[in-house]
Amino acid sequence: MSITDTKPTRPWAASPRDRALTASSVLLSVAITVAIVLATPMKGKLAYFFVFLITWLIIDSLYVVRKFGAKGVRDALAAKLTLYGAVVVSMAVFSILWATVDEGIAGLNLAFVTENMRNASFFDPIGKGGVLHAIIGTLELIIISIIIAVPMGILTALYLTEIKGKAAGFIQFLVQAMSGVPSVVAGLFIYAAIILNTPLRASAFLGGLALSILMIPTVTRTAQEVLNLVPRDLREAGLAMGATQWKTVALVVLPAARSGLITATILGVARIAGETAPLLFTVGVFDGYNFNPFVGGTGTLPTVIWAGLGAGTPEAAQRAWSAILILLIVVLIMFVLARTVGSRQFKKK
Amino acid sequence: MSIDAPAKVIPQARKITTKPRVSDQIFRAVVTGFSFSALVILALIAAFLLLKGFSTLREQGFGFITNYEWNVTLDESGKEIADFGLQAMLIGTMVISLIAVVIAVPLSVLTALFLTFYAPERVKRILVTIVDLMAAFPSILYGLWGLFILMPMAVYWAELLHKWLSWIPLFDVPQPVFTRSPFIAGLVLAVMIIPIITSVSREVFAQTPLDRVQAAYALGATKWGVIKAVVLPFGANGVVGGSMLGLGRAFGETVAVYFVLNIVFRANFEILFSQGGNVASMIVLKFGEAGETEIGALMAAGLVLFFLTLIVNFIANAVVNRTVKSGR
Amino acid sequence: MEAQTNTEKNGTQMSEKNTTTPSSLSDVAAKRAEAKVAGTTPLGTGLEARGVHAWFDKHHALADVSLDFSAGTVTALIGPSGCGKSTFIRTLNRMHEFIPDTSMAGQVLLDGKDIYEPGIDVTKIRLQIGMVFQKPNPFPSMTIGENVLSGLKLAQLKVSNQEELLEECLVRAGLWNEVKDRLGAHAGGLSGGQQQRLCIARALAVKPKVLLMDEPCSALDPGSTLRIEETISQLSKSMTIVIVTHNMQQAARVSDYTAFFLSDGGPGQMIEVGPTNEIFSRPRDERTENYVTGRFG
Repeated sequence: MSITDTKPTRPWAASPRDRALTASSVLLSVAITVAIVLATPMKGKLAYFFVFLITWLIIDSLYVVRKFGAKGVRDALAAKLTLYGAVVVSMAVFSILWATVDEGIAGLNLAFVTENMRNASFFDPIGKGGVLHAIIGTLELIIISIIIAVPMGILTALYLTEIKGKAAGFIQFLVQAMSGVPSVVAGLFIYAAIILNTPLRASAFLGGLALSILMIPTVTRTAQEVLNLVPRDLREAGLAMGATQWKTVALVVLPAARSGLITATILGVARIAGETAPLLFTVGVFDGYNFNPFVGGTGTLPTVIWAGLGAGTPEAAQRAWSAILILLIVVLIMFVLARTVGSRQFKKK
Repeated sequence: MSIDAPAKVIPQARKITTKPRVSDQIFRAVVTGFSFSALVILALIAAFLLLKGFSTLREQGFGFITNYEWNVTLDESGKEIADFGLQAMLIGTMVISLIAVVIAVPLSVLTALFLTFYAPERVKRILVTIVDLMAAFPSILYGLWGLFILMPMAVYWAELLHKWLSWIPLFDVPQPVFTRSPFIAGLVLAVMIIPIITSVSREVFAQTPLDRVQAAYALGATKWGVIKAVVLPFGANGVVGGSMLGLGRAFGETVAVYFVLNIVFRANFEILFSQGGNVASMIVLKFGEAGETEIGALMAAGLVLFFLTLIVNFIANAVVNRTVKSGR
Repeated sequence: MEAQTNTEKNGTQMSEKNTTTPSSLSDVAAKRAEAKVAGTTPLGTGLEARGVHAWFDKHHALADVSLDFSAGTVTALIGPSGCGKSTFIRTLNRMHEFIPDTSMAGQVLLDGKDIYEPGIDVTKIRLQIGMVFQKPNPFPSMTIGENVLSGLKLAQLKVSNQEELLEECLVRAGLWNEVKDRLGAHAGGLSGGQQQRLCIARALAVKPKVLLMDEPCSALDPGSTLRIEETISQLSKSMTIVIVTHNMQQAARVSDYTAFFLSDGGPGQMIEVGPTNEIFSRPRDERTENYVTGRFG
C-alpha cells in the first residue's frame, strides 16, 4: 500500500547544497577578514571578530541577492543581525564567567576559606588570612533575610491570589514600585530610621532588614505566579468539604505550591546575595567572626570585595577576585537549585 | 390559546452573604495587614529620608536639584557653610543611563527576536539560561569585570572613537584621559540591563497573535517582513516598557558605577573623558566621611533618587501592562 | 438539457429513497452547473496535488491525496471535522511547514512545476497562491487602504497606479461601496463580514493565480456569507479557487467540483471527487452518500 510506503520528508529544510553554500560563504569571509586585518593597523582578537561579522554580512548578502532579490537580502540581513546580537550578549556573559574563574582561582587555597582577616591585612600575600568570616556573615544575612522576607512575600502573594480584595490592584502596583527601589536607598533608609534614631548600631540584623526590602518583591512576584498555577479545583475541593479558607490555604494550596515557593525563596536569595550598597550603611566592614547578628558588625563577601578593591594593591585585588568567585559559586548554586526545584513543580502538574 | 400571557416579574438578585468563622477573619486580617506592609515600607522610606534630609532641602530649596556645588566648609567661627547641589550628579545619572539604554536596547531586541523566531530549540534553551544567569550576577561582579577586564578594551575603543569622530563634540575630550569615563560606565550598565529588556521583549514577541503572523506569511512575506509588519508594531509598547525598566535599574545602580567611573562634580557631556558621576555612587562616596550636615544632604539626595526611580518604574509598568491588556 | 433531465430524474429517485434534502442540494448544484459560463481566457494549467501526505511529528494526518484543480474552477473540500481538509489546503501554499516538527511527501504542481522543489523561493509561491483564513485577520495597525496594499509592501512589488489597484481589489471583493469614503480609517472598526472581504481584497492585490479559502464564512452571519459567495463566483472567472467548507449547502451553491475527505481513525484521505452536482445527487462511494445525506458528520 502506498500509504505505508511513503516516507515523510522536509523539502523546506536546509539541503546539503544550502549547507555547502553557507560553509563556503563563511570560509570566504574568514579569508577576507584575515587579509583585511593583516593589511591594516588593527590589532587584537576582537578586530578579527568584528571584521568577520561585517565581511560575512556582505558576502552572504551577495550570495542571496542573486536568487532572492532585495527582499531576500533584507531577510538574510535581519537573520544575521539577530544572530550577532545574541552572540555579542553571550560573549559578554562568558567573558564575565571566564574572568571570575580565571582570576579568582589563583587565590583559592585552604587558608582562604578557613581563616578570617583578623590577623592579616589586605597588603599581605595570599595564603595569609581568608574570608571564612565573610562567608559566615553572608550566610547570617541570608538566613535573616529569609526569615523576614519570605513570610511577608508569601502573605502578600496570598492576598493577591486567595483573598483578591478590592485593594489587590493597589497592592500589585505597590509591589512593582517596591521592586524598583535602588539598593542604596534601602541601606540609607535603615540607617536613617534605625541607626540614627535607636541605640541599635551596625549589625547583621540591620543588614538583613535592608536586604529584605529588596527581597520581598521578588518573593511576592514568584510566589504569586506559582500560587496562580495551583488548579482551582483543589481549592474548591477543600472548600466543598466545609473547610475554612485558611485551612484550605494552609493544608491544600500551600503544600501544592511548595516547590514553587521554595523556588521563590531561592530566587529572592539570589537577588540579595551579592548586594553591596545596602551593607555599607548597615553592616560595615569587619575582620573577625561574629556570631551575634544583633550586635556588632560582621564581615560579608560583598564588603570584603569592596574593601579589597579600596585597598588597591595587587594582593587585595586577588583577594577580591577569589572572594567574588566564591560569591558567584553561591549564586550559581542558588540559580541551579531554583531551576531544578522549579521544574519539578511544573512536572508534577 | 391566549398569546398575551401576563408579564413575568423578574425578582431582584439576592445578596449573598456569609458569616466567616473567626479563624478566617483572623486569617484575612493577617494576610491583608501584611500585604499593606509594602505600602508601609515605601511610606516609611519616604518619611525617614525626608525627615533627615528636611533641613538640607529647606536651606537649599529648589537649588538642591539645580545647583552645582557640593561642599562643606568651615568659616572663621567654625560654623559650617554648606552648598549642596545635585545638578552635576543628576545630569551624570542621565548621561550614563542613556548611553546604557542606547547600547542595550538594540542588542536586547535583536537577541529577543533571535530567541523567539530564529533560534533552534536547543540553542534557545541554552541562550535563555545564559540571559537569566546574567540577571543573577551581583552588581559588584559587574564592577570588578568592568574595571579589570572591560576597561582596557573600552579605552582602546574610546581612543578609536576619539581619533575618527572627535569633530562631534560628544566624542571630544579636553585631555586624552579615557579611563573611568561615562562611556565605560554606560557600557557596564548596558550589560547589566540587557537581561531585563530581553526578557520583557521576548515575552511580548511570543504573544504576537498567530493569525496576523499567518496572514502576513500567506501574503508572501519573508520572516523579516512578518517581523516588521506584525511583530514589531504589536510589541513596540512592551519593548518601550522594558527599556524603561532597564533605565530605572540604571538610574539606581551604585557599586558597578562606583568602580568604573571617576566621580567629579561637574556635568560632563564629553562621554569619552574621565569625568562623571551618578547620584547613587556619589552617596556612597561621600558617606564615609560625612559630618552631620552632609549626611542630611545625602539623605535628601537619596530621597530624590527614590522618587526618580519610582516615577520611571511606574511609567514603565504602566506601558508594559498596556500591551498585555490591549493586545494591539 | 439532457443533463438537466437526468438530474431531475435522479433527483426524484433519490428523494424516493431518503427523506433528507439531497435532492434540494443536487438541484442547487445543478442550477449552478447550468449558470456557469466556461472561462474564455487561458489561465494556465492550474494547481495539481499528487500523492500528498502530511505528518505532524510522528502522527500521519493525511494520506495520498491527489487532486487536479483546473484553472478557472471552484473546488469545494467537504468532510467531517478532523479529516485533514485544513491540513491539506495548507500544504498547497506551504503553510503546513510553519508548525514545528511537521513533514510531508508528494508533489504540488503549480502550472506544472513542483512548489516543493529545493531551492525555490517560497515567498514567490505564496504570492501566486493566496489564502483567506477562517477568522478575519486584517492588520490592526494599518488603515483599510494600507491593509489592501500590504501584500505589495511585504513583497516589495512596484505598481504604477496604487489607487487604481486599491479600488479594483475592493470592488472585486464587494467592499468598495462601503469603504470608499473611509480608506484612511483603521481596519478594526469594520464588521466581521467586512473584515473578511477586506482580507479577500488584500489577497487579491498581489494577483494570485490560485485563492485558497479555509472555511472563510464559518465565523460570519448569513448575510455576509451570501455576499462572499457572490464574490467567489465572480472571482472564479479569473482564477482557481479551492474552498474548505463545513456547510454542504455552501459547497453546492458555490463550487464546480467537490472533493470528499474522510478519516476512519487513521490518516485522512480523499474518498471521492467529481462535479458538484454529481457528488450531491449520485455519489459513487457509499461513504460519500452517507455524508451528503446527513447520516453522519
